[in-house]
Amino acid sequence: MSTFGKVTGIVANLVTVQVDGPVAENELCYIKLHGTDLLAEVIKVNGDKASVQVFESTRGLRNGDSVEFLGRMLEATLGPGLLSSIYDGLQNDLTTMTGVFLKRGEYTDPLDHEKLWDFTPIAKPGDKVIAADWLGEVKEGWLPHKIMVPFSFKGSYTIKDIVPAGQYNIDTVIATLTGEDGEQVPVTMTQHWPVKVAVKGYKEKPRPQKIMETGLRTIDTFNPIAEGGTGFIPGPFGCGKTVLQHAIARQGEADIIVMAACGERANEVVEIFTEFPELIDPHTGRHLMERTTIICNTSNMPVAAREASVYTAMTICEYYRAMGMRVLLLADSTSRWAQALREMSNRMEELPGADAFPVDLSAIISNFYSRAGMVVLNNGKTGAVTFIGTVSPAGGNLKEPVTESTKKAARCFYALEQNRADQKRYPAVNPIDSYSKYLEYPEIISYLDAKIEKGWVKKVLKAKTMVLRGKEMADQINILGDDGVPMSYHETFWKSELIDFAFLQQDAFDAVDGLCPLDRQKYMLDLILDICDRHFEFDNYEECRAWFKRVINALRQMNFSKWGSEDFEKFHTQLNEILSENGN
Amino acid sequence: MATKAYKKIYTKLEAITKATVSLKAAGVSNDELATVEGRLAQVVKTKGDLVTLQVFAGTEGIPTNAEVSFHGEPPTLKVSDQLSGRFFNAYGLPIDGGPEVEGEERQVGGPSVNPYKRRQPSELIPTGIAGIDLNNTLVSGQKIPFFADPDQPYNQVMADVALRADVDKIILGGMGLSNDDYLFFKHSFEAAGALDKIVSFVNTTEEPPVERLLIPDMALAAAEYFAVDKNEKVLVLLTDMTLYADALSIVSNRMDQIPSKDSMPGSLYSDLAKIYEKAVQLPDGGSITIIAVTTLNDGDITHAIPDNTGYITEGQLFLRADSDTGKVIVDPFRSLSRLKQLVQGKKTREDHSQVMNAGVRLYADAQNAKTKLENGFDLSDYDLRCLDYAKDYAVELLSIDVNIKIEEMLDTGWRLFAKHFKPEETGIKQALIDKYGKWQ
Repeated sequence: MSTFGKVTGIVANLVTVQVDGPVAENELCYIKLHGTDLLAEVIKVNGDKASVQVFESTRGLRNGDSVEFLGRMLEATLGPGLLSSIYDGLQNDLTTMTGVFLKRGEYTDPLDHEKLWDFTPIAKPGDKVIAADWLGEVKEGWLPHKIMVPFSFKGSYTIKDIVPAGQYNIDTVIATLTGEDGEQVPVTMTQHWPVKVAVKGYKEKPRPQKIMETGLRTIDTFNPIAEGGTGFIPGPFGCGKTVLQHAIARQGEADIIVMAACGERANEVVEIFTEFPELIDPHTGRHLMERTTIICNTSNMPVAAREASVYTAMTICEYYRAMGMRVLLLADSTSRWAQALREMSNRMEELPGADAFPVDLSAIISNFYSRAGMVVLNNGKTGAVTFIGTVSPAGGNLKEPVTESTKKAARCFYALEQNRADQKRYPAVNPIDSYSKYLEYPEIISYLDAKIEKGWVKKVLKAKTMVLRGKEMADQINILGDDGVPMSYHETFWKSELIDFAFLQQDAFDAVDGLCPLDRQKYMLDLILDICDRHFEFDNYEECRAWFKRVINALRQMNFSKWGSEDFEKFHTQLNEILSENGN
Repeated sequence: MATKAYKKIYTKLEAITKATVSLKAAGVSNDELATVEGRLAQVVKTKGDLVTLQVFAGTEGIPTNAEVSFHGEPPTLKVSDQLSGRFFNAYGLPIDGGPEVEGEERQVGGPSVNPYKRRQPSELIPTGIAGIDLNNTLVSGQKIPFFADPDQPYNQVMADVALRADVDKIILGGMGLSNDDYLFFKHSFEAAGALDKIVSFVNTTEEPPVERLLIPDMALAAAEYFAVDKNEKVLVLLTDMTLYADALSIVSNRMDQIPSKDSMPGSLYSDLAKIYEKAVQLPDGGSITIIAVTTLNDGDITHAIPDNTGYITEGQLFLRADSDTGKVIVDPFRSLSRLKQLVQGKKTREDHSQVMNAGVRLYADAQNAKTKLENGFDLSDYDLRCLDYAKDYAVELLSIDVNIKIEEMLDTGWRLFAKHFKPEETGIKQALIDKYGKWQ
């Protein structure tokens, strides 16, 4: 029998409910408002009073309105058809909603129940299986979508029967399993999983083994992110955070992209679903949207669903990872999620932590980041969830609780910097403050040795050192003046500018420069480091500056030209001519 | 505001603060309006049978035996074409001496547009101001504030932009507007002969601050009527959002909420987003574009109000006085229009984004040169050329008194590059230099 209750207090979207029976933490309930059911989640229980956060506007709600508890937590619906969908934070399909405005209490089904899928069995009757084992597959777009033993199944099962290859909808029983106690359980193509619980169902979670290419030089070469790794991008507004994230989404070397727009601008979501169907995935030649799922809780949508949106997104990622896929999750922005937690904690009159955030913020964030990772599945195949979150630090100050907590949890740090953005040095990732812990991983070092060339990481570190030295020289020049320093200072400074302008900066909107494959990155870095290794003679710093500007210009023109094209060679020749003008 | 045949009157207040009153009442719904001693109020909290009301006009002089009655519904606005050309107060009542508006009564602060039903903004809004059109192009459906110190002429610039923009309706939401500024808007709209396409909701400094909280919702309810029902292009002007946020903090403070940064309520981001996200390009051609003003304290954009705003809006336009030329300019470094790439080079000439970037980069070099000069260092030939360029650039392009077409802005850019620099110093793609460059 379900538990019922009555509303006894309302402050914005925090509602107090007097209950007549047992309720669980995080249990869902419906609040009945003139025939509309408003979904809410229990966040605190005190005696017979439950505090629930409502995922909708509470306008018009009255004390005494009735509440029905559902006996389950917030769950994601998992099955074929998730890709190219656009969901809200509670996984309602936004594309099937009627009307221009969102209607309160309108909940739509995440998956199409009519659509027939071409099912091919993988397992056969008599096979012993456990949760997350593959029973069969359907083609979702061009991707093999595995139909698995539901994650919630405990213990081992024997397959009693499984349907032959054919077309079925997601509600068809495709297999019957016999449990250890002889109980027979039907399995369809869909399953449910509570979003706040990490999906296990894999054998082990080893350290990351390889990097995930993004086509962005400042990431792939300078601070690569591992497949199954974690990274975060903090930055003040206007530093190109969104452009950078969209570039990663377009170009990231992953089978599946899940984008969680969490408390961000609606027009950014519109940009994704307007442009992605047109864009071609550089790795497969297919439309980007076919491998993309969007979860959006834009900033004007109900605050409580913001938190749910990132968890829903992560659960979908883990689902595809269990099929042996490489999934990339981008969440923009985790600060908005933290703010949603803060609003709620504030309304519950909890004692606040730093900046009025709840005290367990750090634990919540690191717990979430730990759900990413590469895993070895029960059948020995691997899958990965790579997670990159953005953080929107208040006032651009990185010494704030969300940034600090995230820094402890994420392995890559891409520091977007106001100063660089002001100078239009995009992507505005500060090459000195940013880091990738993966460059220290022996697994990654040997992977890069094999993939690019032996000693690659040393080369990268060398380039980083040159940038750092250039910065030191710039400081000296600023203090002592152009004439007050030896010529070598100018030369070192301009060599670092060379790396910055010709390598780190990249035009995300340019068709050619926007995507730079790893082999081209190596080619350009070699070219640039070779110039940096040489010594040049200048009569004065003016000449030094003018000469380096010409070198930079030639290299940038190369970046804008198709690799190996006539134009590319033309500018390469031009570069060699400029270089030969100066001494050695 | 509908009057019911039978309305229970309460006469015992349990608590009074400067902005709120609390009383015991039954059957009250969240967000509904009430009248407290003749003043409008709204339910903000219920706990058991204790109801807390936010009194818009303030609680000065309200006694504990004040008469309280509930209206049974949240704030509403009557919408129809009769809104055009009219001036209203924060409650949507006429202040221009005209008759009350007849029309459909709608709740203000309603639901948001389904993101999937939005369309990507793609129509340019030309303003004639190069600091905007060239460097920070505006697009219909965009939301963007002016960040300006109180001494900057932001209201004038905003009125110019509004009157030059090609839109069907202009809706002014004035919060804490001084009487002089209110009359300034009224006169500029009249002088331009544009009064019939303007609707104004105004709370002046003479009126209680908490009333301001209703202004954006009223203005946007009117905007939604014209954009959604009539498929019109609507431009909403909101000034000054800093005063709106101040009113928010007053209420949350009186309700004993724990403040977050800069004594602003923890929900500031969501509160502001609810307003700004009403900006939309609708599938049937209607659109709502929001241009707002956020006044700053001495240019400090790290304060919670401009900071949260910056994360919500699609860029910001930063006004500052340029001491070198004596002009007020649109600061090219701190201004940004996030939607500009949707129209630059698509609705404008192909060289637009490269001219813009080169122009700003060279202006940045000029700033470095200026720093060197101030620190007493010798300037190089390049530095000197940058400084000369910066003066021309500020006067001919960045200044807010510029009023030219976009093609002319691009040509001016190329002319200045040719006057002060060599082609390779601009870093522009060779193909564009060959086609548009003005070097001899």
